[in-house]
Amino acid sequence: MGMTIAEKIIARAAGVEAVRPGDIHTVHLDRMMSNDGTTHLTVDMYYNKLKHPQIADAKKMVFIVDHNVPSDSAKTAGSQKKMRDFAREHAIDFWEGKGVCHQIMMEHYVCPGELIFGADSHTCTYGALGAFGTGVGCTDLLYGMVTGTSWVLVPETVKFNLTGRLPEGVYPRDLMLTIIGQIGANGVNYQVMEFCGDGAKTLSVNDRMVLCNLAVEAGAKTAIFEADEIALEYLKSRGRKPKAVFTSDPDAVYAREYTFDLSCIVPVAAKPDFVDAVVPASEVCGVPIDEAFLGSCNNGRIEELRVGAAILKGRKVAERVRFLVVPASQEIYLQAMEEGLIQTFMESGAIVMNPNCSVCWGSCQGVIGENEVLISTGTRNFKGRAGHPNSKVYLGSAATVTASAVKGEICTADML
Amino acid sequence: MGQTMIEKIIAHNIGVESVKPGDIVTTEVDRVMLDDIMIPFIVDKFHEMGFTKVWDPDKIVLIYDHLVPASQQDDTRHYRVGDAFVKEYGLTHVHRSDGICHQLMTEAGYVKPGDVVFGTDSHTTTYGCVGAFSTGIGYTEMAAILGTGNLWVKVPETIRVEIQGTLPEGVMSKDIILRLIGDLGADGATYRALEFVGSTIDTMTVASRMTMANMAIEAGAKCAMFTPDEKTAEYCGIRLDEFQKSLKGDRDASYLRTITYQAEDFEPVMACPSQVDKIRKVSELEGIPIDQVFIGSCTNGRLEDLQAAAKVLEGKKVAPFVKLIVTPASRRVYEEALACGVLQILGKAGAIITHPGCGLCCGRTGGILCDGERIVATNNRNFLGRMGTSKVEIYLASPATAAACAVAGKITV
Amino acid sequence: MEQFTGRVWRLGDDIDTDIIIPTEYLALKTIEEMKQYGFEPLRPELAAQFHDGDVIVAGKNFGCGSSREQAPEVIKALGIRCVIAKSFARIFFRNAINNGLLLIEQPDLYDDVKEGDTITVTVNQAVDYQEKFYPITSLPENLVEIIHAGGLVKAMRRRNGLV
Repeated sequence: MGMTIAEKIIARAAGVEAVRPGDIHTVHLDRMMSNDGTTHLTVDMYYNKLKHPQIADAKKMVFIVDHNVPSDSAKTAGSQKKMRDFAREHAIDFWEGKGVCHQIMMEHYVCPGELIFGADSHTCTYGALGAFGTGVGCTDLLYGMVTGTSWVLVPETVKFNLTGRLPEGVYPRDLMLTIIGQIGANGVNYQVMEFCGDGAKTLSVNDRMVLCNLAVEAGAKTAIFEADEIALEYLKSRGRKPKAVFTSDPDAVYAREYTFDLSCIVPVAAKPDFVDAVVPASEVCGVPIDEAFLGSCNNGRIEELRVGAAILKGRKVAERVRFLVVPASQEIYLQAMEEGLIQTFMESGAIVMNPNCSVCWGSCQGVIGENEVLISTGTRNFKGRAGHPNSKVYLGSAATVTASAVKGEICTADML
Repeated sequence: MGQTMIEKIIAHNIGVESVKPGDIVTTEVDRVMLDDIMIPFIVDKFHEMGFTKVWDPDKIVLIYDHLVPASQQDDTRHYRVGDAFVKEYGLTHVHRSDGICHQLMTEAGYVKPGDVVFGTDSHTTTYGCVGAFSTGIGYTEMAAILGTGNLWVKVPETIRVEIQGTLPEGVMSKDIILRLIGDLGADGATYRALEFVGSTIDTMTVASRMTMANMAIEAGAKCAMFTPDEKTAEYCGIRLDEFQKSLKGDRDASYLRTITYQAEDFEPVMACPSQVDKIRKVSELEGIPIDQVFIGSCTNGRLEDLQAAAKVLEGKKVAPFVKLIVTPASRRVYEEALACGVLQILGKAGAIITHPGCGLCCGRTGGILCDGERIVATNNRNFLGRMGTSKVEIYLASPATAAACAVAGKITV
Repeated sequence: MEQFTGRVWRLGDDIDTDIIIPTEYLALKTIEEMKQYGFEPLRPELAAQFHDGDVIVAGKNFGCGSSREQAPEVIKALGIRCVIAKSFARIFFRNAINNGLLLIEQPDLYDDVKEGDTITVTVNQAVDYQEKFYPITSLPENLVEIIHAGGLVKAMRRRNGLV
């Protein structure tokens, strides 16, 4: 019987011929990523709970400080110091203040065919390059770090056949929110979302990242695209080679299949307080906002910054709106400077911050207050996600978010 | 008898020939600066006092800077209170994310030479850089000014500081003011005006004078005084009138004392933990390992400061496991630094560049540290617990020194 | 002649306003909420130990640093009757007067006094510590007026016809 891409990756990592959904296998992990959300917990367990602490292969580890940058409290500083000192002592690649973890991983590490654990739920992003990336907790991360292995329950794969092409003014984020809205927040629970079809071919690596990144919001174990010429071109430009390029077999078995016609997608918004509460953006236009956020591992890349800057050129952010613009990595920030985008953001009255998780993380930067309303390109809009429990978060594309920042209320770019 | 600069300003303000130290007078306030962190208390007191309108909306400037961007949910309450006050009393000068209050007050043209200005922040002494009498007050007095337009002042004595000559390469005005604070002590100029004169001052940019005026409070001074000249006029976008041109301390004025320095004698220095007047030469501190560097604040967040840092950092990288946080003092400074490539140099070196605001200086967020960590910072205070726990060591320095430390990962010249 | 007696808490030189009330607490809504954090960087347990009527005796330059008026307000809310120091920073001085917190400059008491001892203050005259008298001078007239009015807010309320 044929296998899907995800099954093939697991089979290779398990060192077996074939795997089937429902099997449990021990796998060798190609990489592990941990950020300042939980690494200090992993470090504590390493020193306090293990009889013989050791690291299987430090070269497979990447530690990234991105959630609370710059540090907002002595407590944060303490956790980050723990992480920093550990990385230093054990010669683990360490990134601090260089950008959001998943962006750094995609820019510098991820290769097609790899099996990667990350101590962060949006590790599913790496499927954009044909890798199997999935989020785990600090204990699983510790086990992986010490042994180089873990166990995986092989998930089923659900096929998402994409056809057509996104219309002008409609973005991958609108597409993914539409998909999540349709299948629901547990629509692909513990399954792999495999994106394919001629529509998939119209999507750049950036676009694919937008899709894969949000897969966890539909309950997915991970999401994946075949590493085609588009992905390999990206990889080549970054000076890397694939570990393995897998394609799904013609007789691979899928739990379910969906088809989405990209040409039918319209700008959408996810209403508070659920990612799957998706409606056409026109339905929520007119809602006054206090803050807007353009950034995050989902929508903080150069493509989104260009969209935002194009809308902002010659316009101003509404007087009482805080519009935070946060590039997803230092590399992107520097490129945005070169392209004059940062200049445009500053001239329009936006607040431009250093690359970090920022408003999406909602704990220390651009926090919103009681009864405030935020429209965001972040990954989640759960109750209290961005600040006060009584505050409200809408999710939208970079275009919708930027247009709303100008108008002072939710609106789509074509309404400006 | 001649008058010192502060005496001339106060006399002119109250409409008399002259005043002398110790006189208690009621000034007509030319402008006030209100910041976000104090606005709820200011508004409370204003209402408690029973005022129903402000004396002159045009003279009031409201600036959000300490809490931008918000790091706690309740920070946004300050915005709401501020915005409501603006709406209710018809204020027009409001800056919600344009940078630090003390940078904006002169940069945006709110303060002119000879003005009498008060602000709810101790570093309001900064505007002495353009020859204004400006000083910090509490929120209760600010509320009283908002209602009446007046504030009583006791005319201070003046300490004259004369600096002649040319500063050595790599030495900035930050090194001058730190040295002076070390020599005077944290209370050495308490309730005095510090009047700066001499060829070194004459050749200094307004930005460099700003650094010195900003830190006058750290020696306890009431205010700092710099004679307005063509540089001041250009910076303020005005032509000096007769009164403004007269703002030099007279030779036969009565000064409490005169301190003289030769510019060539200055060297890079630092204020050591945890007092601003604990001054040491950087060369004596060489080799102390550091964890973080902060370049920014109303003291040293201007274009010339970023340029000084960029000169050191160009083509280099911040040391491994060390963070460099750069926070330009205003939106305009940020844009200028972008336009001339300075921000790119700092970014390529690995600087964490944040939006203009107070940032780490006021110690609520922006790079807070924990026990055992050490920072070199270009701001104006290194008090115990200022940037984290009481076991964090803060060394104050010039931007050039700070940048060198960021590359080396330790204190170095 | 106004007179009172209080337990001494002895603090050092240059006690700055970041120590008296750290910036991280300045977004709390009321002085009542803030006061528990008074002096935290220096002596975290101190705020909880103060009792009404206690006196702080300090060295030079008390209250230096920021213009935050929360500093004298927190001290007053903690029950401190007055602060006696070798010298005061000027912004703090004005803010304290405006809030009716009594400040007394006295150059020698700090060197002699021990924490936990009791002193008796006769306003505008002297401090009595273990039978030794330390003279104190009176404030300028305009400040006395503000204090007699009960602080600046009351003075303004009177001006606006509300008292």
